[in-house]
Amino acid sequence: MERPLTRNIHPNRPPLTAKEYEMAGGYMAVKQALLKMTPSEVVELIKESNLKGRGGAGFNTGMKWSFVPMGETAPTTKYIVANADEMEPGTFKDRLLLEGNPHQLIEGMIVAAYAIQATQGYVFLRFAYKEAAIRITKAIIEAYAEGYLGDHILGTGFSLHLHLHTGVGRYMCGEETALLNALEGKRATPRAKPPFPQVSGLFGKPTIVNNVETLCNIPHIINNGADWFKSLSYSEDGGTKLYGVSGNVKTPGCWELPMGVSMRELIEEHAGGMKDGYKFRGVLPGGASTDFLIEQHLDIKMDFKSVSMAGSRLGTGTMIVLDDKTCPVGFVHNLEQFFARESCGWCTPCREGLPWVEKILWSIEQGKGASNDIELLFEHARLLGPGNTFCALAPGAVEPLQSALKYFREDFEQHIHQRKCPYD
Amino acid sequence: MNDELQNISNSTFTGLSEQERNAIDHEVSLVPYPKAACIEAMKIVQKSRGWISDDALLAIAEYLNMSTAELDSVATFYNLIFRKPVGRHIILLCDSITCWVMGYKIIYQELYKQLNIQFGETTADKKFTLLPNACLGCCDHAPAILIDNDLYQDVKTEDISIILKNYN
Repeated sequence: MERPLTRNIHPNRPPLTAKEYEMAGGYMAVKQALLKMTPSEVVELIKESNLKGRGGAGFNTGMKWSFVPMGETAPTTKYIVANADEMEPGTFKDRLLLEGNPHQLIEGMIVAAYAIQATQGYVFLRFAYKEAAIRITKAIIEAYAEGYLGDHILGTGFSLHLHLHTGVGRYMCGEETALLNALEGKRATPRAKPPFPQVSGLFGKPTIVNNVETLCNIPHIINNGADWFKSLSYSEDGGTKLYGVSGNVKTPGCWELPMGVSMRELIEEHAGGMKDGYKFRGVLPGGASTDFLIEQHLDIKMDFKSVSMAGSRLGTGTMIVLDDKTCPVGFVHNLEQFFARESCGWCTPCREGLPWVEKILWSIEQGKGASNDIELLFEHARLLGPGNTFCALAPGAVEPLQSALKYFREDFEQHIHQRKCPYD
Repeated sequence: MNDELQNISNSTFTGLSEQERNAIDHEVSLVPYPKAACIEAMKIVQKSRGWISDDALLAIAEYLNMSTAELDSVATFYNLIFRKPVGRHIILLCDSITCWVMGYKIIYQELYKQLNIQFGETTADKKFTLLPNACLGCCDHAPAILIDNDLYQDVKTEDISIILKNYN
């Protein structure tokens, strides 16, 4: 089984230097793209590979790039941004790529920048990834020294300057347009779309924001082609995927596997199954903002379409397992506390609704729930759903809530009737 | 940054230091207009002074040619820009979902027992400030704590006293 993304990542060893990375076949894709391909050929190849964004939304990456204005009439400064603001609770996949092989990300960014003719690039890294910051800084310096960054890369007319920006907190910064506001020194609130960032992004210029894992796939597609990339996968979405499992399982971790591996294989084989004494009750398949799935869904493929057909989202592909000794109401309360705290306050339903949801859940958990609380929570799930807010934070926040009410309703009712948490 | 120094910077604030101004100038040179560098500027000043006092906020706003209200709106948005004095070391305890499942609360109780502070508080000797934090991105090794630049994973209650001894 091929594992292009993690092949050169060795735990407990420092990441490859620029020279070591080159010896392992690194920066070949930069040479191939810049010297032998036109920008539009790069975009077409990525489009054809069916690489879908790994940050959660799952949009075709090549398609996203194709919306950037090109040619002589296009604005002169364009930007490429790596979204390394990994803060979705339960998600720990980009950290592996950032710490394990920063040159792979830089190479992906150079090719992406070339495809859209961007001359400035940013890695937007969350503050907490201290080791990643050190390693990326070092890798950027090496890439400049080797001539892969800077003016006239490989003697061509193409130039790219890359900067590392470390954040100062807030989950909102992972939202594409909020991230751009943060980079501009503003509050990280979302922007109205259209215009989309591809046309008017950072400082009003065309900008592509891609997730770290998405960008890390680019060099491999350039080197090996679209058909090879598609052949890595068990499903119609191309490539491999970094999957993670956390919670009360025997061996929690993060693994690169073919896209479309089953949820059962992930939990039972790679994560070693449930810890002794714990039974499986449910799972958030792709981070905190995805709907619960339960036992009956274990055999679904972990790809964008299959998970969506089961009623949830692939999201980041990093799952959090709910066991039978953990209170589902407390579990969802913790999630909603997070979302209420991290709401940026821009849209009224999110700013007012999420703290309300959090308080209702807390009162239920404390044995002070009222009989109409469940209906009230359903109402919130509807009012905070898609279409009522600028960004996806509130709709994402109610996904685990609405599905918990569906699959674990008896737990909510028990709390209210017994006037206590049965798990205490 | 100890308490004494913080008091000095607060009561006898004499403007941004040359070092701070140079570092801010560099950040300004990378963006199209000065106030776009305001978050970087606050990071620079916070690094040297521990937190952003009203005087420091005023000085940064003036330096970047923006209103203090606008700068404060940015400062108070981000949870890691401190507008109140903090301890010499910041303890960020992850309280997100996987750490919740894996028992961050026991770690919190142990920290409370040893330091006698709750979330948002600073020890009387100004050594530690304890804050809750969103997912630290190491859910396969929950529960997790970040103290300054040091990440601690798979934390157990008996580890806490040993971990805290690493800090002066």
